[in-house]
Amino acid sequence: MATITIREALNQALREELARDEKVFLMGEEVAEYDGAYKVTKGLFHEFGGKRVIDTPITELGFAGLGVGAAMVGLRPIVEFMTFNFSILATDQIINSAAKMLYMSGGQFNIPIVFRGPGGSAFQVSSQHSQALESWYAYFPGLKVVMPSTPADAKGLLKSSIRDDDPVVFIEQERMYGNKGEVPDDPDFTIPLGVADVKREGKDVTIVARSLMVPVALKAAEQLEQQGVSCEVIDPRTIRPLDIGTIVESVKKTNRVVIAEESHPLCSVGAEIATEIMERAFDYLDAPVKRVSGADVPMPYAKNLEDLAIPDVNRIVAAVKEVAYID
Amino acid sequence: MSKQTAAPPSAAKAEEQHSSTGVMDAPPDTIDSKQLKQERDEAKQRQKERLSALSHDELIEIYRQMLLIRHFEEQSAAVYVAGKIGGFCHLYIGQEAVGVGAISAIRKDDYVLASYREHGLALAKGMSARSIMAELYGKATGCSKGKGGSMHMFDKSLGFLGGHAIVGGQIALATGTAFATKYQGTDQVTLCFFGEAAVNQGAFHESLNMAQLWKLPCIYICENNQYGMGTSLARAMSLRDIAQKACAYDMAAEFVDGMDVLAVREATLRAVERARKDYLPTLLEIRTYRFMGHSMSDPGNYRTRAEIEKYQERDPVKLFSASLLEEKIVDQKTLDEIDRKVREEVEDSLRFADESPLPDPEELYTDVYANPIEPGRK
Repeated sequence: MATITIREALNQALREELARDEKVFLMGEEVAEYDGAYKVTKGLFHEFGGKRVIDTPITELGFAGLGVGAAMVGLRPIVEFMTFNFSILATDQIINSAAKMLYMSGGQFNIPIVFRGPGGSAFQVSSQHSQALESWYAYFPGLKVVMPSTPADAKGLLKSSIRDDDPVVFIEQERMYGNKGEVPDDPDFTIPLGVADVKREGKDVTIVARSLMVPVALKAAEQLEQQGVSCEVIDPRTIRPLDIGTIVESVKKTNRVVIAEESHPLCSVGAEIATEIMERAFDYLDAPVKRVSGADVPMPYAKNLEDLAIPDVNRIVAAVKEVAYID
Repeated sequence: MSKQTAAPPSAAKAEEQHSSTGVMDAPPDTIDSKQLKQERDEAKQRQKERLSALSHDELIEIYRQMLLIRHFEEQSAAVYVAGKIGGFCHLYIGQEAVGVGAISAIRKDDYVLASYREHGLALAKGMSARSIMAELYGKATGCSKGKGGSMHMFDKSLGFLGGHAIVGGQIALATGTAFATKYQGTDQVTLCFFGEAAVNQGAFHESLNMAQLWKLPCIYICENNQYGMGTSLARAMSLRDIAQKACAYDMAAEFVDGMDVLAVREATLRAVERARKDYLPTLLEIRTYRFMGHSMSDPGNYRTRAEIEKYQERDPVKLFSASLLEEKIVDQKTLDEIDRKVREEVEDSLRFADESPLPDPEELYTDVYANPIEPGRK
């Protein structure tokens, strides 16, 4: 086991899969000669050359569609969005082409493609560069949506996504690229899609968190432990398909649940998880499901306002206490 | 007309070519019948000069395909009105020469991508009338198992890659299949069909830029039928000579008379050669006209009867049969026999579609994922 950053883990996954399968290629803005806007693709152009690692013009709809077309005839593209904010320009190709091609062709054309890049909040870049879009993509059957929170998950899930025969929306988190953790050395290490991970075991309250909210929830759990509240932290890791079974099993044990997410509350993934818990474990609940969401406003620039817009340890601690009827 | 423009056409050259197409030259209310006849005769003369490039059998096959599409679409309209076909239904009548001419210029293993007006293109690529009609009927035996319908015809084995229903979406996809061809080092070309209204979409411009930048073997075929649904080109586009837009991307381009199947074929052959040998893309603006409405629900009150009649004088199927007859390549008896066989084929497709089963209810949940995942299974 080596301790590396999420950035390095993603880089390893890309390198190993590029080396493993000639059909895999990587394209996006600044992925090649510039080494990636966030250095996730560092060294890959040098190692694999311009045929496999391709700088694109700033033309998101175009290169997303080009990737889907290439996937129709046997290639396995990895399309990087410099940030998922820019994927908004490409949604027609992600949703109308990639997600639906297999179905509307009666099973003839599957689309083995990965759309990846950072999503969620960044550092003081205001409204158009800081937003969580996973609930958009998770809405559509035909897509798979993955959000890792640790270096090991990032590597194992990205490798599985590249090997998957369906379109995968793989949302990283810019604030987390430097986070460190242990990653197995085995080049065939993968993590299956659609399997939640219990990041911390506990017995009093379940906290469901993904992406940036996982380390925040773990810190909250540490604080709460000192106050005598034992929290179980579950990271679904894959948003579609959602491993609701693991979440429900935890809720049946703890009888209380807090869902923490960066995204806006309306129509969020948290809203979906809350509904599923209501449908599957209503009788086990000792308190209403509590959500901690990002503020229902466009992301502000000012540091103090930005901090207020993103859920933090204090808000999660308060939510856990609320469902546990403490104070 | 249809001269090779290896370099992007200059504005002056484009203008000259434009004025010589005989298609889209003058507003219909200024056209008298004498002029119509003269235009048709000139077009026929140009077509006759092209006949010698093909064998007897090739010419017959081109005629058969155009006639098949004509009858297929006429019958589609009839059964649509009878309620056998649901949803939208965009017919190809009037545009047969474009699909048949262009697809006659490529190989079986080349790729074709199209918009939602694709029944005729699917037939020209070799898909059976049965599989297309059954798809229109929403039957399990349809080419897309009844899940795609009129706008989403696919046949992987024949290189027919859809049927795409967001205007311009297929242009980016086709750029991708051309990219894959070059990446894999094979020599297939991609034909991408779209209407002139798609030219206003970002996908068109983004794709042409990448295709020329990276030298991708894609042939962009703009079927300029002059109306985006009910909006005329004049009301929708600032620069209406679409082939000129290739200049912006340093791409080769041609204007082509879309009512002459052989003109379309020749222009496509030139583009195919560029694509196959040198991985170079081409934009073809093929001027045509749809004789029916945008879809079956379109009353068409944005066009005058006179305008439609003007273009019907240039009916590509009639023009071609007249050329063949007058040049004594076929006799009327042979044409009648082709007509009879084609009608039988369409009748057979209607029977087949009618008698085919509906998709099994379980099909609702199949084909969503190639690797379905049972959540929580490690």
